Amino acid sequence: MSYWTIFGVAGAAVLGAALVFGPDWDLPPADTEQVGYRGTGMFVSRDHEKQVALREANQVPEAPWEADPEGDRAGEIYENVQVLGHLSDDQFNQFMAAITEWISPEEGCTYCHSEDGNFAWDGMYTKVVSRRMIQMTQAINEDWQAHVGNVGVTCYTCHKGNHIPQNVWWLDDDPEPAGGALGYRAGQNVVGEFVGRTSMPQNALADYLLNDMEIRVHSDTALPTGVNTATTKETESTWALMMHMSESLGANCLTCHNSRAFNSWDESPPQRVTAWHGIRMARDINNDYMVGLTPVFPENRLGPEGDVLKVGCATCHNGVQKPLYGVSMLQDYVDALAEKTDTGVPDFESFVPNETEVLAPARSSRLESFGQKETEVAAQ
Amino acid sequence: MALLSFERKYRVRGGTLIGGDLFDFWIGPFYVGFFGLTTIFFSAVGTALILYGAALGPTWNIWRISIAPPDLSYGLALAPLTEGGLWQIITICAIGAFASWALREVEICRKLGIGYHVPFAFGVAIFAYVTLVVIRPVLLGAWGHGFPYGIFSHLDWVSNVGYQYLHFHYNPAHMLAVTFFFTTTLALSLHGGLILSAANPGEKDGLPPQQDEVKTPEYEDTFFRDTIGYSVGTLGIHRLGLVLALNAGFWSAVCIVISGPFWNQGWPQWWNWWLDLPIWS
Repeated sequence: MSYWTIFGVAGAAVLGAALVFGPDWDLPPADTEQVGYRGTGMFVSRDHEKQVALREANQVPEAPWEADPEGDRAGEIYENVQVLGHLSDDQFNQFMAAITEWISPEEGCTYCHSEDGNFAWDGMYTKVVSRRMIQMTQAINEDWQAHVGNVGVTCYTCHKGNHIPQNVWWLDDDPEPAGGALGYRAGQNVVGEFVGRTSMPQNALADYLLNDMEIRVHSDTALPTGVNTATTKETESTWALMMHMSESLGANCLTCHNSRAFNSWDESPPQRVTAWHGIRMARDINNDYMVGLTPVFPENRLGPEGDVLKVGCATCHNGVQKPLYGVSMLQDYVDALAEKTDTGVPDFESFVPNETEVLAPARSSRLESFGQKETEVAAQ
Repeated sequence: MALLSFERKYRVRGGTLIGGDLFDFWIGPFYVGFFGLTTIFFSAVGTALILYGAALGPTWNIWRISIAPPDLSYGLALAPLTEGGLWQIITICAIGAFASWALREVEICRKLGIGYHVPFAFGVAIFAYVTLVVIRPVLLGAWGHGFPYGIFSHLDWVSNVGYQYLHFHYNPAHMLAVTFFFTTTLALSLHGGLILSAANPGEKDGLPPQQDEVKTPEYEDTFFRDTIGYSVGTLGIHRLGLVLALNAGFWSAVCIVISGPFWNQGWPQWWNWWLDLPIWS
């Protein structure tokens, strides 16, 4: 046997072994859901074993205890309670116990509160961020029912026991292109970590979930008429966003579209409407809540380009079509999270770590406005 | 059709697989044989059922007639005729007709004492079809995974099944299949062009213009040796063509049978093993 043959066979054996053992292959059968008329190929297939693992990873934790809604209000008992002052003492402490388990199960209270026991102190950025995130959660549950329904969200939906939700995104210019025309790669042609690890535009999420670039690139006619000016690159950006959505939900294109006419709402499954609202919700969250917090975060909590970590579909969904398999955690924290309370925004630019005592909106404090509300109720 | 004078020499008795001499006859230019009859039977029944299905359906528009497979809920069981049962019987007829045709080719090969290359090649095409409508549906546990029999509807199916895996161009076997399809056409066009160029040498220089003589394979070989330093040769080009074409069909079958039974994520994610190799990750 010639050396060439030996080398060839050895190379083929190594490559073959890599292809068999390298990828994360599934084995039949698959759990397939039919989402369209028979014969249209509109199926969502999921691997059985991976679904079991996913289900285990998305269990809902029990509430620490059932809170008593009666008694004095937290805003009257404690100092500097800006957003949750309307809760009863027991509800407030129950929620604090829960949020600790959700975000900092190891550090406990001192992840956000001073070790000297001054719980009112706003000198830690984590506490300032938490308060804003509670406002955000309330706003999602009240304003974005079209997306979250009555199931709602809690901090746990995204955080799941982590300081930072595991699936967030940031501006990604890695690897830094070389200078000049030779280095021009149109923001694509590398592994786009936030676009399903495809080679499509790597910052597509910034285009759609931060800015509001037009997602619809589909022509309404079979042949070009000159009306639709969308380019191939814009189409790929749309596809990149759709990759992110599909991967985030463990779904595929057919979950929301019949691919014979992606644009046609008539032929689309109803989930597309929910997704439409979801895109706008993520955009609002990023612009109204995340970007504003940028000055508060220390450098190690920002992305490599110095931008705040941002919310995508995976942030809540974590690979599941209905986050936490549609179990409503909100039911245990309705008073804390179901409705907006104080929506005031402090001047985050003025935050100085370890020095800021109280960071509150310029207008009346939460405590006063809560007192007014109670008076109004009494008057009725 | 008239029998060519020399054709009788090749119309020899025997070589049948089934039926002995019973079906060993020709009708006009066509050899019949047992498998010729089964081909006709399955084709006729299958076509009649397609027409029946079309009559039950909403349209006679040839582009839009569609015989769809059953809902997934029927699993691997039989479905009522109007809810996918027709598709199931038509599938049996199609496989029966294709396999009969291949076996008829085998019988003709045996009569002529030639190799089985043609029926083998056709067998690869049948294998690709069977992969789509039997092997993959069985692995996935439902006949509903087969493709519908309709001109537009099967294209819609292809589109949707591709998008089940987000981006089918990242399917490694699809990459191979597409490459083999393109290379097949490249090889065939080079081969066709070369043979025609040798057979049509044009006119000699001089007056009056005179037809030049047809060139031999040595000229053909020399053309490619001069161009790329190598000629695969007169027999070799046909071996190459067959290998390329069969690989195109084979890898097509592989690319769809791994989609679902052995891979349920988007195909881009398949490449994680490469992206996560310890060399650079």
